[in-house]
Amino acid sequence: MIKKEMIAMLLAGGQGSRLGVLTTHMAKPAVPFGGKYRIIDFPLSNCINSGVDTVGVLTQYQPLRLNSHIGIGTPWDLDRYIGGVSILPPFEKNVSSEWYTGTANAILQNIEYMESCNPDYVLILSGDHIYKMDYEVMLDYHKQQKADVTIACMPVPLEEAKRFGIMITDDDRRIVDFEEKPEHPRGNLASMGIYIFSWKVLKDALLALADQPSLDFGKHVIPYCREKDQRMFAYEYNGYWKDVGTLNSYWEANMELIDIIPEFNLYEEYWRIFTKSEILPPQYVADNTAIEKSIIGEGSTIYGQVINSVIGCGVVIGKGTVVRDSIIMNRTVIGEGCNLDKAIIAEDCTVGDRVQLGVGEEEENDTRPDIYNHGLVTIAEKSVIPSGLTVGKNTVLSGSFQISEFKNESLPSGKTFIKGGDEK
Amino acid sequence: MRAIGVILAGGNNHRMKELTKKRAIAAMPIAGSYRGVDFALSNMTNSHIQKVGVFTQYNAKSLTQHLSSSKWWDFGRKQGGLFVFTPSITPDHSFWSRGTVDAIYQNISFLKDSHEPYVIITSGDGIYKLDYNKILEYHIDKKADITVVCKDFPETENVDRYGVLTMNEESRITDFEEKPIEARSHTVSCGIYVIRRRQLIELVEKCEEEDRHDFVADILVRYRTQKRIYGYKISEYWSNIATVEDYFRTNMDFLKPEVRDYFFNQYPEVYSKVDDLPPAKYNVGSAVQNSLISSGCIVNGAVQDSVVFKKVFIGNNCYIKNSIILNDVYIGDNTHIENCIVESHGTIRANSYYKGEDGIQIVVEKNDRFVL
Repeated sequence: MIKKEMIAMLLAGGQGSRLGVLTTHMAKPAVPFGGKYRIIDFPLSNCINSGVDTVGVLTQYQPLRLNSHIGIGTPWDLDRYIGGVSILPPFEKNVSSEWYTGTANAILQNIEYMESCNPDYVLILSGDHIYKMDYEVMLDYHKQQKADVTIACMPVPLEEAKRFGIMITDDDRRIVDFEEKPEHPRGNLASMGIYIFSWKVLKDALLALADQPSLDFGKHVIPYCREKDQRMFAYEYNGYWKDVGTLNSYWEANMELIDIIPEFNLYEEYWRIFTKSEILPPQYVADNTAIEKSIIGEGSTIYGQVINSVIGCGVVIGKGTVVRDSIIMNRTVIGEGCNLDKAIIAEDCTVGDRVQLGVGEEEENDTRPDIYNHGLVTIAEKSVIPSGLTVGKNTVLSGSFQISEFKNESLPSGKTFIKGGDEK
Repeated sequence: MRAIGVILAGGNNHRMKELTKKRAIAAMPIAGSYRGVDFALSNMTNSHIQKVGVFTQYNAKSLTQHLSSSKWWDFGRKQGGLFVFTPSITPDHSFWSRGTVDAIYQNISFLKDSHEPYVIITSGDGIYKLDYNKILEYHIDKKADITVVCKDFPETENVDRYGVLTMNEESRITDFEEKPIEARSHTVSCGIYVIRRRQLIELVEKCEEEDRHDFVADILVRYRTQKRIYGYKISEYWSNIATVEDYFRTNMDFLKPEVRDYFFNQYPEVYSKVDDLPPAKYNVGSAVQNSLISSGCIVNGAVQDSVVFKKVFIGNNCYIKNSIILNDVYIGDNTHIENCIVESHGTIRANSYYKGEDGIQIVVEKNDRFVL
């Protein structure tokens, strides 16, 4: 019989539509981050570093990239004989087959998986945050408080509190009330979407709420537990935690990694972030180059200048090209004599010679100003950008282009050019 | 696959000087991210050989650590797999291996318990890519007893540290000299052999009876007229790393685009144990020219024409030229390093100066490192 003290359920099924074209073909947790990682590497590494060796990963939106990244869990030592990682997509049932309709609904539909692990505690995680956390310490706290539910919370500035779910606690950190995105917050402890449930409490709540449409932790399960007067505690976390939900916060979080001693330090010896490394060789830096304040992944070849940027693995940056304040993901090839400014270029792109990205004045994006803003140029994976193209700010490109498709060989600021049926 | 693999990784060579104090040659770091033995192992797996024995002896700690799991070379299998053999004392054998034949003899059950008809024998200190199936086909085609992989060296190069052979027009080896004073040809043995498994068992057992222990001297040279020993010439890159100069040159070869392209970009890949180090980081003041930089490095100074291995810290205002910095070295500020190999896990104090004047200087510095 299997017995696991605590198992983790990692919600990785969301699209993350505010990351725009980056999530057209992959779920947000699969989006590359920090040169060689993907966002899901952070919670997965936290799990194994915390001694949680049984993880169910719930997938739904575009799971291919996620599935092949996780595989049998080898990079995280989660390829276990007992436990390990299990990918849990929605599945057909005898009655009422449905997609995962909400965070808690997804967990509810996998109650058999959890049961089979025979856990005392279940840790609920989401796959879209960058942080390092020892879940074992949180579990100790849970036990110490004799809690039924523990919610990891972070103090946030009062003015920002209205963007979060806010927990109101008494002097013992017991949660007495909470508010979802309050207009006038009564506290500043924001929920990080990380919960530890005692298994019985979770199971009872899920079964009791089974008929609730779009069953959600924040909206339904936590209120239910409060109604039942369960012991709910806030676990205060004061480290680095970044929601990379929008393109701009994604760009910012990447840029924070290149500080001399960044707040979020990847170079710490004892809390390593693991990932599937497909490219092993060292990087080659040629003559007449200049690299400053940047991180660069394995197997990249640099012939040009890289300033303030995050470069992935297997990237080629041509002679005379200047890359500034940009993110370039795995296996993208940039030609010669280009000038890249504040660009996010996804995996497997080809950028020709003499391409100028991020030129001119900012204009509001014509399709999704809520996504494409802050002057960023976003290029979707596998795009081909022709030689000689000039691209403005707040622009989006997706597809394989020829120079003849652009008027005056340029895409002005604020314009969107998406080919091949990739909506959004 | 019709063959099993044997990797002879027990060797040491005084010509490696201080570098093999810490490890066997097969465990020497190569090209920033690899170890010597990775090349033989990757060739094995890429040739679909499923069962490989690595025979170790000399200072195998580094090597066994590197081979702690077989999954990185895709050998984690129920059928076959990767086996690491170290010499052990048994009721009828209480010596260290006295040579390559003895190393095989001590693990003869590995050969006897296999069912594959052929054995590929290779050393752990060759840097090359090779599909062993091609040699096996050639071996069968020639009805050879032993096939030796060899390579023509330029006439100008000194080959006195290799096994040098002469072949007739049918490619049969007529002459084989180990480390000749005056070489009669410029065809050198790459230390890669194909032999029928039963033939190998027979020859090894015979050698042991006669108290002979060296594969080259006591089998290849001794039996060269008795047995059908053929040469298979390769023209691709092959390099041996058993001397300091060869080791240095081999690493520096990876600064050439054609060598990098051959090993890093062309199929098949070379595999190694994955270290999960963060990307390399370049701070303000870094100036890197024509160099390889590996993951986990933090660069604050200047690096030129050098190979920097994993997890190296280079302080402010440093100047590193024409050097190899092995894994996990900390280099303090204002340090000058030129024509050197810096041994791994070293800590070099700020304001140091090292320059290899005639030849390559090996720098071994064990200072306290203050963790910031």
